[in-house]
Amino acid sequence: MLKFEVVIVGAGPAGLAAAYTLAKAGVEVAVFERGDHPGAKNLMGGVLYRQPTEEVLPGFYREAPLERPVVEQRLWILTEDDALTLGYRSRAFAGEPYNAFTVFRSRFDRWFGQKVVEAGALLITETVVEDLLWENGRVVGVRTGRPQGDVRAEAVILAEGVNSLLTQKAGLKKGGLQTHELAVAVKEVLALPKEKIEDRFGLEEGQGCTIELLGEATLGMMGVGFIYTNKDTLSVGVGVLLSHLVRRRLNPNDVLEHLKNHPSVRKFLAGAQPKEYLAHLIPEGGFRSIPKLYGPGLLVAGDAAMLVNGIHREGSNLALISGKLAAETLLEVRTRGGYHEKNLSRYREKLEKSFVLQDLRKYQNTSLFFNENPQFFTLYPRLLSLAAREFLTVDSVPKREKQRKIWQIITSHRSRWKLAQDLFRLWRVLG
Amino acid sequence: MHFVVCVKQVPDTTEVRVDPVTKTLVREGVPSIINPYDAHAVEEAVRLKERYGGKVTAISMGPPQAEEVLRRALAIGADRAILLTDRTFAGSDTLATSYILAQAIRRLDREEPVTLVLCGKQAIDGDTGQVGPGIATRLGFTPLTYVLAVEEIDIEAGEIKVQRKLEDARQVVCGKLPALLTVVKEINELRYAALPDLVRAARTRPERWTAADLEVDPGRTGLKGSPTSVRRIFAPPQRPGGEMIPGGTEDPARAASLLVDKLLKTKLIADL
Ligand SMILES: Cc1cc2nc3c(=O)[nH]c(=O)nc-3n(C[C@H](O)[C@H](O)[C@H](O)COP(=O)(O)OP(=O)(O)OC[C@H]3O[C@@H](n4cnc5c(N)ncnc54)[C@H](O)[C@@H]3O)c2cc1C
Repeated sequence: MLKFEVVIVGAGPAGLAAAYTLAKAGVEVAVFERGDHPGAKNLMGGVLYRQPTEEVLPGFYREAPLERPVVEQRLWILTEDDALTLGYRSRAFAGEPYNAFTVFRSRFDRWFGQKVVEAGALLITETVVEDLLWENGRVVGVRTGRPQGDVRAEAVILAEGVNSLLTQKAGLKKGGLQTHELAVAVKEVLALPKEKIEDRFGLEEGQGCTIELLGEATLGMMGVGFIYTNKDTLSVGVGVLLSHLVRRRLNPNDVLEHLKNHPSVRKFLAGAQPKEYLAHLIPEGGFRSIPKLYGPGLLVAGDAAMLVNGIHREGSNLALISGKLAAETLLEVRTRGGYHEKNLSRYREKLEKSFVLQDLRKYQNTSLFFNENPQFFTLYPRLLSLAAREFLTVDSVPKREKQRKIWQIITSHRSRWKLAQDLFRLWRVLG
Repeated sequence: MHFVVCVKQVPDTTEVRVDPVTKTLVREGVPSIINPYDAHAVEEAVRLKERYGGKVTAISMGPPQAEEVLRRALAIGADRAILLTDRTFAGSDTLATSYILAQAIRRLDREEPVTLVLCGKQAIDGDTGQVGPGIATRLGFTPLTYVLAVEEIDIEAGEIKVQRKLEDARQVVCGKLPALLTVVKEINELRYAALPDLVRAARTRPERWTAADLEVDPGRTGLKGSPTSVRRIFAPPQRPGGEMIPGGTEDPARAASLLVDKLLKTKLIADL
């Protein structure tokens, strides 16, 4: 039977970061990926963050296939007719060392896969890992779907992404995945010439921006719409909590169509030709939905471990860092008595010390909070835009009176007491 | 028996776009794959090896990245893989390419006589279908194109019997060995490779032969050896949409006479 020291399931950022770290340290490691190349199955929006990526791949941006450096992030709060917009642009983001890039994961992951192979790991694509092999209560390898497909390993890292069948099968995620822990994201890639993109979004040549859209963008459901600028395409999509879609009996595709036709969005997309359409899940359950992260001979990283910070649209960076920390845990314990469960619990400690679990802990109540307080996606965007409209309409009404009127509008929709409560709670879960 | 398969790395044409402004193919960032017909050629060679015994050697001319398609051939079951790569090969057209491949096959033949060369019927990027027959001509091998099935190889008689795919028929032909086949997809179903084969392929670094190893005449390779020049690549003009004649259900007689008027104008029919 084939044998490796470490087997990794999944060649997304988590699995590749783990493989790269292990291979560089001389460990015999094999990565199994079901797609025909790394990233083939991925559709991340996608913004890739420079600093965490460099933790694994120093200087990657000099050779990796990237779309545009993100120099501006915008937030649009939509109602049916209006858009309240907010943004931050910095010249510091336009040059080295950069902050973030838009990417196509199918290209980036493929490149990353090559780096992993150059580092000495074996990357086996078009091969599904169907099961873990157990002996005497510990994991001793994996079973792939290929003829003669069993492989022995001393340790296995599950980096299988959000649809974490093996993690669940191993009993690490009790109760399976729930609809309130998952968002459905749909995304379209629309082709538009470079110059048009730069013109419409007010960008200098080669630079990029991101727009996140709230409120009416998701028909008031918990979630977010997005528009990202690539080289000669736009990525446009929405991500909405699955439980909300189910409750409202809506199809995510209709939500996206609705967003694309919003009066403030439409003109940015006019004439762009659809190139591809994709749908995917995002784990949005946060801290409370994190499975047990280790077992005997077993570690879980990335989306499989539900390590996504939905509030900040961060996922790939948590995947990269958790993959790296999983690998470093293995490197530490391999000389100290091996890959048994107690030793592997150090992985959790490492994650606790890093931003990964600190951030997720900080926001641990947000999913539940927004799930139970839909007014933040429905009422408040409307109130905000009513207030803005009132304030900006020049009609010879004295400003003081305008302010009074705005306050009246607001309190007629939500009592002062409730407002105070909402603000206080929002501060508590986000602050 | 010694089977040699020629494989080519091609851009995945399902992902190639035509630039709306320059009207040229946008190849940037387009992933490369093994030319689909060549994958079937490798599969057939491996099946013939399994049937008659022998050895399968896969060769590819291309840049260093073309190693990937040779790994693919190894995973299907090729025993040996050789990349023909040299800066001076860049820009080779079908004439130069068939020359380089033929030189490599000559060398392989000296090491171990070649029974059969297999190629795909054409490459999906250039669609010329010339390289296979070109190699056969240079080597003096029997060219058998559009092969759909290999019925029999009779090594004693030095003969091969194949079925060729014609427009609306099959043709059974016998030819003298050594021969060169170009195959169509229907010749076989690609196997789902066993894991140990995949691992062996991933671990193997294909051998590399350069111009010096092949004893090629530098005037006959690369741009210098390529009389073909591509003038222009363009997307075929979109066919104009048809015209609907309205009112067919409400007033069929009127719609019909409208149609007749239109057809008369186009001179497709005549009013005699
Ligand atoms: C629409 C969308 C937009 C997003 N935007 C952003 C963004 O802008 N920024 C950001 O940081 N994050 C973003 N994310 C999140 C980010 O994509 C994920 O957090 C990240 O990809 C997780 O990496 P991973 O390696 O854990 O999992 P994945 O990237 O999902 O990789 C898992 C891999 O494992 C393979 N696999 C699964 N099971 C098996 C098996 N049994 N055998 C073999 N292979 C298997 C899969 O094919 C896949 O390639 C977005 C996600 C979506 C869906």
